[in-house]
Amino acid sequence: MAGSITILLDKCMGCTLCVKACPFGAIHMANKKAVIDMAKCTLCGACAPVCKFKAIEIIKDSGEKKDLSAYKDVWVFCEQKKGVIQTISFELLGEGKKLAKKLGVKLCAVILGHDIESKIEELSARGADKIYIVDAPELKSYQDDPYTKVIVKLIEEYKPEVVLCGATTIGRSMISRVAVKIDAGLTADCTGLDIDEKERLLLQTRPAFGGNIMATIITPNHRPQMSTVRHKVMKEAEIHKSHKSEVIRKKYSSDVLKSRTTLLDIVEEIEETVNLAEADIIVSGGRGMAAPENFSLVKELAKVLNAAVGSSRAAVDAGWMPYSHQVGQTGKTVCPKLYIACGISGQIQHLIGMQSSKVIVAINKDPDAPIFKVATYGIVGDVFEILPALTKEFKRILKK
Amino acid sequence: MNIIVCIKQVPNTTDVKIDPVTNTLIRAGVESVINPFDAYAIEEGVRLKERFGGKVTVITMGPPQAETALKEAISLGCDEAILISDRKFAGSDTWATSYTLSFAIKKIAVFDVILCGKQASDGDTAQVGPGISTHLDIPQVTYVKKIEEIKDNKAKVERMTEEGYDIVETPIPCLFTVVKEINTPRLPSLKGMMRAKSAKIIKWTADDIKANPKSLGLDGSPTRVVKIFTPTPRKGGEILKGDTADIAKELVELLKDVVI
Amino acid sequence: MDYLLNEQQIMIRDLARKIAREKIKPVAAKYDESEEFAWDIVKILADSDLFGVYIPEAYGGLGGGVMDMCLVAEELSRACGGIALGFAGTGLGTFPILLYGNDEQKNRFLPGIAKGRVAAFCITEAEAGSDAGSIKTTAKKDGDYYILNGTKQWITNAGEAEVYTVIAMTDKTKGARGASALIVEKGTKGMDFGKKEKKLGIRASATREVIFTDCRIPKANLISKEGMGFIVAMKTFDSSRPGVAAQALGIAQGAFDHAVEYSRKRVQFGQPISSFQAIQHMLANMATEIEAARALVYATARMVDSGAKSVAKESAMAKLFASDVAMKVTVDAIQIFGGYGYMREYPVEKYMRDAKITQIYEGTNQIQRNVIAANVIKESLREE
Repeated sequence: MAGSITILLDKCMGCTLCVKACPFGAIHMANKKAVIDMAKCTLCGACAPVCKFKAIEIIKDSGEKKDLSAYKDVWVFCEQKKGVIQTISFELLGEGKKLAKKLGVKLCAVILGHDIESKIEELSARGADKIYIVDAPELKSYQDDPYTKVIVKLIEEYKPEVVLCGATTIGRSMISRVAVKIDAGLTADCTGLDIDEKERLLLQTRPAFGGNIMATIITPNHRPQMSTVRHKVMKEAEIHKSHKSEVIRKKYSSDVLKSRTTLLDIVEEIEETVNLAEADIIVSGGRGMAAPENFSLVKELAKVLNAAVGSSRAAVDAGWMPYSHQVGQTGKTVCPKLYIACGISGQIQHLIGMQSSKVIVAINKDPDAPIFKVATYGIVGDVFEILPALTKEFKRILKK
Repeated sequence: MNIIVCIKQVPNTTDVKIDPVTNTLIRAGVESVINPFDAYAIEEGVRLKERFGGKVTVITMGPPQAETALKEAISLGCDEAILISDRKFAGSDTWATSYTLSFAIKKIAVFDVILCGKQASDGDTAQVGPGISTHLDIPQVTYVKKIEEIKDNKAKVERMTEEGYDIVETPIPCLFTVVKEINTPRLPSLKGMMRAKSAKIIKWTADDIKANPKSLGLDGSPTRVVKIFTPTPRKGGEILKGDTADIAKELVELLKDVVI
Repeated sequence: MDYLLNEQQIMIRDLARKIAREKIKPVAAKYDESEEFAWDIVKILADSDLFGVYIPEAYGGLGGGVMDMCLVAEELSRACGGIALGFAGTGLGTFPILLYGNDEQKNRFLPGIAKGRVAAFCITEAEAGSDAGSIKTTAKKDGDYYILNGTKQWITNAGEAEVYTVIAMTDKTKGARGASALIVEKGTKGMDFGKKEKKLGIRASATREVIFTDCRIPKANLISKEGMGFIVAMKTFDSSRPGVAAQALGIAQGAFDHAVEYSRKRVQFGQPISSFQAIQHMLANMATEIEAARALVYATARMVDSGAKSVAKESAMAKLFASDVAMKVTVDAIQIFGGYGYMREYPVEKYMRDAKITQIYEGTNQIQRNVIAANVIKESLREE
């Protein structure tokens, strides 16, 4: 067994602190001593630090120490769609720079695509010390097989210490495959990244249970250490036009570039021009909008603010808005600078999807609506009166 | 067509509450449910069976009590259920979980389509589906919102993207992870519930699936949780009062820096 | 209170409750407003096998009885008494076949109904309400057919249902003994539907005239024998009245649920109104009356299922009591909501509108009292 957990019965005082700390409900008390239900315990380690009597002993054997010194540099997978580098990549470059500095290594951008030579300048300006570029017609648009294989080849050859990737549909699909192929650890949706400089470990902090608890995760014995990060969580790298990067161009055989799946067509269908995940401002409507036609009020304000339009599940289920606009647990998780919730009561499933927004404004007629518990600014009142008034005011100050 | 659906039993997030005093999760009375995204995978599996004939096998890796999730899957139309359960799986991260599930699938051996929900609501990683397809070395399409057709050993599907969707063709066998938009899951039927009640759940241990013990559980997991903590909950802010015009003015003033 | 339901009944109740909560509750107000028949919900009920709970297993059902039907009717009515009627009205149209149909008829119709074909029962006419003996619709024998002529009024599920059981006079000279029951399938030539009625409540339920003009029905569709029509109808009502009672019970429970919740949340004079004794006593009375109604309804349903010979009195009592409780509880629920309760934006006024019909249809409560009185007097005579 790699790990074990033991309650030291002579030390356990039956205080139940560990019972409360266990996120998996795996500890109960019997005869005033803690008992671990091993069927539920995942050895996550939440209990041991809360025990004031040091009565919980967790042994996490990390196996033999491997020599990981061959692994160097921080890589950022830079996602491009139709030749346009996605903003998430700049956010990762910004964060990657900090990590590279702490580790004393280089920040490298990795980009795959076709006819992307012109992207070098853009990535240089964002501070990449090195750029790995793989240019081939087969890589024009994302496909799981060739992208996975190319990234695996690159990692095997150049051995990065850390790989960061956007938690986008492409990023999540690809990097999960890469991690399995090269036996690397991968942590999804990190909201905080830091370095343990002594151990050269990437400290990856991410929410779990819909943001109700946070976990810090490390990858002690495998390299690279890989993370995905969501949109808008990190700050974009600044642009320094004069900055120049070393460029490494790689070519791969058709065998590596072969895809089992075929991309037949790409269809774009977001009616509002702004992508929810990338939006700085989101105006969202819920059941309180009462009827589909009333969403015009939401859309109008969104237009004035150059914002994306979101929706609660209730409004999607009622058929007022398409699913692609749904924010929440079964929809999209968003993290804009400003989230305006109109007629949304704030069921936990919705809050999970938007509570990390920087500023939240809630408009609801029910003063007890849970949305007010997370709102920076709350307005109790009639959304049909308040929305037009807000639109008018914003128009005035934005001179639209 | 032989369909395998991979599911996970998760705590119902609707029930998850934070103790305002201790700031910890209140787990008492929290019901375990099928991961909401997996419900779409189950429904799609049953629909594929209805369209093309065949059999739906539902599998889960989890503690013994995950059997209730499998029984529910049977009541929703799945034919066979396998619980992969062993103390040796404890502490599995997504790498080890997908490894374990892929070995169970290798033991099942015959399959055309594997369906997974796009992610689990407790971990939100979206890594296990792609992990399984990689361990099995089969093609995958993630975020599938429609399975348009399956014929001549090829499937044509729509993959949801940030901007819309891609139309992708893939040979089968393959793995799909599905999004909510793909269907509306049915409710269980009474006859299904009765079938589920008497259904025998197949149980496999680490030995049964002939997996390498070094790749299981904590041993097989590259990542380690080193700290779990409760974030400071977001506090409700200020409630703006006054007549509508005043509130609008005040709010716009407050938000000026954000919007300009 | 624990009614000692068996495992299957608990499963039925829980599934019906889940459907009511997740599928019906969100659309109840919409259908009340649009007065449309909720086919999407009927499809869900059908797919979940609930239509078959009281149909024998041999005919594709689950083999339960009136008790099982009541559990479903009650749970669905908690969310919407109108939508529930798609189910309960089907029960009413099905009982003649279940109770008196021959094997061939059962084989022909019951499996479809168990899978969700909607049924309807046609007895009421413009001049034959409580006085069912004065029906004018005729069924004239013509070789291997009966020729139906006449107009049935206020028929629940009419137009939507595919199977209709119709009471018509085969021999006018014999009065009540000259009535017969026939099965008519939708689409039969000579069968038409009148306009949809606009009603106070149960607005999601379809109510129309069913008009027969030289409508030819094969004699294989005659239920039991000629002249048995009224017996079929009365025995049908004996079995179906617990269903109406369960509908009333569900409506009462639904309104009560809203009232309790509201009273906890509504704050006046600085405290929730549930802390005021005036409200508490109202809630206590409502809860007690509902529980008494439930005990009576379940006991009656179980008595019917036990095969008891005469259940007319008990059925009438259950329907009378539960529907009166529903009316009273729904009115009180509005009172607890105060002004909000009177507004259509809030859910409780609908329960009151829906409750009213349960005092009227399948025999007005005055007729139920007649039945009860006749029975108790008869029993007393017998004891002498």
